[in-house]
Amino acid sequence: MKKREAFLLATLVVVACVLPFVVSNYRTFQLTLVLVYAIALLGLNILTGYSGQVSLGHGAFYALGAYCAAILMDKAGLPYWATLPLAGAVCLVAGFLFGLPALRLEGLYLALATFALGAAMPQLLKYHHIEKWTGGVQGIVIQKPEAPAFLTGAGLPLNSDRWLYFFTLGVALLMFALAWNLLRGRVGRALAAIRDQPVAAEAMGIDGALYKSAAFGVSAMYTGVAGALGAIAVQFVAPDSFTVFLSITLLVGIVVGGLASIPGALYGALFIQFVPNVADEISKAAPWAIFGVFMLGFIYLMPTGVAGAIRLLTAKRRSP
Amino acid sequence: MEAFLHQVMAGLATGGVYASLALALVMIYHATHLVNFAQGEMAMFSTYLAWSLIDAGMPYWPAFALTVGISFVAGIVIERVVIRPVEHAPVLAVVVVFIALLVILNSVAGWIYTYTIKPFPSPFPQEMALGRFMSPHELGAIGVTLLVLVALFLFFRFTPLGLAMRAAAQNPASARLVGIRVGWMLALGWGLAAAVGAVAGMMMAPIVYLDPNMMTGILLYAFAAALLGGIDSPLGAVVGGFAVGVLENVLGSFVIGSELKRSVALVLIVGVLLIRPSGFFGKVSVTRV
Amino acid sequence: MPGAPILEAKNLRAGYGRTQVLHGVDFAIEKGSITALLGANGAGKTTTLRAVCAMVKAQGEIRLDGARIDGRGTEDIVRLGVAHVPEGRGTFLDLTTEENLRLGAYVRRGRDAIERDLERVFAYFPRLRERREQQAGTLSGGEQQMLAVSRALMLAPKLMLLDEPSFGLAPLVVRELFAILREIRDREGVSMLLVEQNAAMALELADRAYLIETGRVVLEGSARELQSNDGVRRSYLGY
Repeated sequence: MKKREAFLLATLVVVACVLPFVVSNYRTFQLTLVLVYAIALLGLNILTGYSGQVSLGHGAFYALGAYCAAILMDKAGLPYWATLPLAGAVCLVAGFLFGLPALRLEGLYLALATFALGAAMPQLLKYHHIEKWTGGVQGIVIQKPEAPAFLTGAGLPLNSDRWLYFFTLGVALLMFALAWNLLRGRVGRALAAIRDQPVAAEAMGIDGALYKSAAFGVSAMYTGVAGALGAIAVQFVAPDSFTVFLSITLLVGIVVGGLASIPGALYGALFIQFVPNVADEISKAAPWAIFGVFMLGFIYLMPTGVAGAIRLLTAKRRSP
Repeated sequence: MEAFLHQVMAGLATGGVYASLALALVMIYHATHLVNFAQGEMAMFSTYLAWSLIDAGMPYWPAFALTVGISFVAGIVIERVVIRPVEHAPVLAVVVVFIALLVILNSVAGWIYTYTIKPFPSPFPQEMALGRFMSPHELGAIGVTLLVLVALFLFFRFTPLGLAMRAAAQNPASARLVGIRVGWMLALGWGLAAAVGAVAGMMMAPIVYLDPNMMTGILLYAFAAALLGGIDSPLGAVVGGFAVGVLENVLGSFVIGSELKRSVALVLIVGVLLIRPSGFFGKVSVTRV
Repeated sequence: MPGAPILEAKNLRAGYGRTQVLHGVDFAIEKGSITALLGANGAGKTTTLRAVCAMVKAQGEIRLDGARIDGRGTEDIVRLGVAHVPEGRGTFLDLTTEENLRLGAYVRRGRDAIERDLERVFAYFPRLRERREQQAGTLSGGEQQMLAVSRALMLAPKLMLLDEPSFGLAPLVVRELFAILREIRDREGVSMLLVEQNAAMALELADRAYLIETGRVVLEGSARELQSNDGVRRSYLGY
């Protein structure tokens, strides 16, 4: 990583650590959600941006992760932090398994299959045969985690909102670092090769099928972990929170943020968390219409996303 | 047996609506290689427009005709104003534009007309009922759908403008070389798709009642139908639409129950796609390495 | 003595993005003549034709029958009577042969004239009549080339631009095609600008020729003159 980028990143992390102490609890909660979405978007980006496989159903993996966390906490009494690796593992396997048959489908057909998955999820979650696990239409309420005693005991002003924020921040940094490492090396190049020239990639010995399924799995894992974190932050899961609209929102997030871009996940997360709030303030009657107008504005001005626009600007500044 | 037959017939009626919407999707796909996700919301908005006209006192068929006409023009305007700026943008960016359109239309409809469901009249008189097998509206809906489909077929196959639109969709560069204004052909395609969508919406509304979210589920089925039939085949879209309609109804009533019928129907469709990834009538494109 | 040239270009510059391909090309095509544009791969021949049709951004003056057409859109230039047979033929593969032909006459009015021209085209290329209901994509390379030329003829053009018509065709087929092109010129008076890598055959057909190298005209003259030119013979005719 270049010196300038490392410096920017360090500054960002410092700012991120200071924020919860200077803004309200509600704002901190919103920022936590931004981090959650960022992880989810990173997951989707691995699949769609880097591997070129469109998913219109990633909300399903988010829901899967969320419900894993909720069920493990509510029914098995697991502590919140232990649910993350388990939710991740479940989604990794689920994603990989879904990715296997999905390999046969290209472009639009894959989009439909994933769309079907995303649309079917709420119905599946409401299914009365598994109600005793999922809580049916009402869903599951979970307890808000408190900051660990040894930290509060040491005098740090960490209420539960702030603690949750830092916990999420830690997980996010870890997962971003992991992705960055993965994507800038051989794996990233292999995925790009498969996305852009699949035949040539095969000819060079890259096992397209394996990479694509693995990408599905990893992508689902990221989104699942995000879902788990989201459930913990919101303290509640219910089928109607995870409609196909969530999947669509995630897609909008990565496009506005910037495809095949790691910082793009963060920009996109900021967009999908805060712009609806802004839209709500502009018009109580038709907030989604305003949101839609914002979407149009962003895309017209920056068709390659915020990350893409930044790339263009910095390139222009460097070359006279 | 009787109940089964009725479900099949009802399935054909809703299937006709899916077929119309699927055809609209295929028309735009044909010209742009993109699926217009806002097609359902456009149809819904058109239906609300018709409702307003009827509510203001206009008789059904004039309102129907006027709505179709306005929708046609609106489709052209949307293509020229909303879609044109991103015609060279990456594919997913255009998809987001479609999504934005979807969201805006849905939200504005909810704002203007509220979310309380409204009944929508059916123009087909009670005498048309086919005994206990089909209600007059179901029969009428199938009839209207078939009429629209035949009209479109004749238009594309036998008129110079239809030929020009097909040419522009297949090979825009060559089309320009024979003097076809490709941009306007695209806009025309959108106009036609919007008009077809309006008809579909007005046929569907009496069955599912008018509400801003009425089309989202239907769009999914139409999308599935278009792909099942082969995304580049208009005939496939039509057959696919009817098939999906019947499948949904029969499964829903006899096998699964409405709770999971959407999921199961979709799983079946995806299953079919795994066996025939290009759909039933689609061309299996063989790419030469 | 022929009057105003049917096509005239002055200081034509064109390129793709940041790559400049034509660096100031001048030429004049006489009415009723067949002119060949020769040169190696990448010299700028196709770009020249594209510039005339506004398929590529160009600067400089282009005049059709005395009137300036640079800056106008492709669709308008077509309506002024310029028919372009593009590289790769540009066939509408999923449409039938006859549909392809009728599209050639898209901008014309007058059903009777169009029907007459359709018959005339079938007279030049009987094989197309046999295959009129067939999907154009199933035609052989030679037949698709005939179809492309015929489609251009259906415009009743003043000027035909042909981009590498011999590409991928057996020499016998090319000879047949070129003979028909000469016949078309003789009977209909259509002017032609022919871009060809196959210099030998092009010079047999053409009246005049221009040689383009790296975006500039380096030689011009009658076909006979170029055929006997030493440099041309060595580099482009192979002897």
